[in-house]
Amino acid sequence: MTTLTARLKGHRGAAYPLVMLVVFFVVPFVIMLSVSFFSRDDGAFFQPAFELSNYSRFISPFFGKVLLTSLTLSAAAAIISVSVAVPFTYFVTRMRARWQSVMLVFLLSVLSLSEVIIGFAWSTLLSKTAGIGNLFVAIGLMETSQSFTPSLGALLLGLTYLGLPYAVLVLYPALSRLDPEIPEAARMLGASPIRSFFNVVMPMMRNTITGALILVFVFTLGAYLLPQVLGRPQHWTLSVHITDQAIFQSNLPFAAAMAIFLMLVSLALVGISTLLGRART
Amino acid sequence: MLILRYAFILVVLLFLAAPLVVIFGVSVNEPKQLLFPPEGFSLRWYAELFQASDWLNALRNSVVIALGASTIAVSIALPLALYVWKKQSKMAQALFGLGVAPFLLPPVISALGFMIFWITVGFYGQIYATIISHGVFLVTLPLVTISLGLEAVDRQLIEASRTMGANDKTVFRTVIFPLARPYMISGFAFVFVLSLNEYIIAYMVAGFTAETLPIKIFNSLRYGYTPVMASVAVFFVLTAIVVFGSIARFGDLPRLLGAERARR
Repeated sequence: MTTLTARLKGHRGAAYPLVMLVVFFVVPFVIMLSVSFFSRDDGAFFQPAFELSNYSRFISPFFGKVLLTSLTLSAAAAIISVSVAVPFTYFVTRMRARWQSVMLVFLLSVLSLSEVIIGFAWSTLLSKTAGIGNLFVAIGLMETSQSFTPSLGALLLGLTYLGLPYAVLVLYPALSRLDPEIPEAARMLGASPIRSFFNVVMPMMRNTITGALILVFVFTLGAYLLPQVLGRPQHWTLSVHITDQAIFQSNLPFAAAMAIFLMLVSLALVGISTLLGRART
Repeated sequence: MLILRYAFILVVLLFLAAPLVVIFGVSVNEPKQLLFPPEGFSLRWYAELFQASDWLNALRNSVVIALGASTIAVSIALPLALYVWKKQSKMAQALFGLGVAPFLLPPVISALGFMIFWITVGFYGQIYATIISHGVFLVTLPLVTISLGLEAVDRQLIEASRTMGANDKTVFRTVIFPLARPYMISGFAFVFVLSLNEYIIAYMVAGFTAETLPIKIFNSLRYGYTPVMASVAVFFVLTAIVVFGSIARFGDLPRLLGAERARR
């Protein structure tokens, strides 16, 4: 008895965080998982049941297309963001400490911005009266200003904007720890800066870059607002449909099934990127 | 070569700054229209944020939620980080993983989980449901910053204070806490800014009763345009710059973000 209390005493500090995380994070997921098998109820939110219909509903051309749209858009945004972020982060890590801090403050500020604000800002930037259309008219590229949103291009631009600062901050630790003497050595041996970057830095960072690609992919997969603001209804992603089903169609069981599905996909991807991160060292 | 490098950096920065510049431009428009370049110069849309009762109410909700959530997140993260730092066992690692998990998944998933949870326990639509949800969802940030801070604590310092007769409490109060404090503050600040900007959880947990600024902006976006939206957006950008700028000024931001001796 005394040994048990003594043993528990050492773990006392963990009790409160454990309770909080279990009650407010694990329990909600368990409830959501069970609701995904419930049936929909018009009067209340859901009705206890056990049915697989919420999952079988995925297997339709409509949701197949939604899933394909989500995956393609996120993959494109992830590839663009990471391709820009790799050289950009590399340059940032080579800056003086003071400038690095300035850059990081700016990137964090952009990253922390609400998707609502990013959506609003881009829809303004691409609008007819306040957008780059005016700039194109001013420099004579266009006759009259026009709106560039909603469109697939606008949505992709918005998703890239969402993913870019995230990609930079994911790449930053590994790139800042890269020994500067390594690319320097390549330069000494006669490689051009571009060659030393592509033949020396890039291969060393291969796992990091793959990991970053996956994390940015999952991050943009979670975008729920930009598709509504910058895209057309056919560009709605899985995340948008989850919100839509939960709030506007009041079909929580179906929303829950989609969320569980999205979670499994994300978890698998994050798992892979963690493994790649381990292999890095 | 150097010119190319700077040109590239400049283009990326321009891309990141462009929407912010436009937002600032439209926020100082004289007429109630979406125009850029702005017509005239007026700060009245900023005044409206603090005067119009509906915007002020949303601002108040947002700040209350952000402060409450930051407090909860730090209160969970501090003992958890201490526990992981002391034990370094499998169990402690698992707990750490649990604390990091909310942040890695797309937020829509957690948002729906929270919504269903609060419906089940009967607090759906309450502001404190949003506060707790944000606090738990964003716990990752102070957990990571405080763990980084503890990593820098020299264990010999603790040995020394013990040999001099300090008990657990005294060691915590006089050695660990002062060293971890700056990291607690940055963790708090990170949660504050992100909670202020968070939309989907706040919307799904209590979007119709406890309207926050992002929810209010999105609702306004649907029903037409008002320059107050732009001024709120500028307010958010400035808050973030001030908060992260202070962390960079008084703390070690590159290290917090994983440069050099960070957690592996």
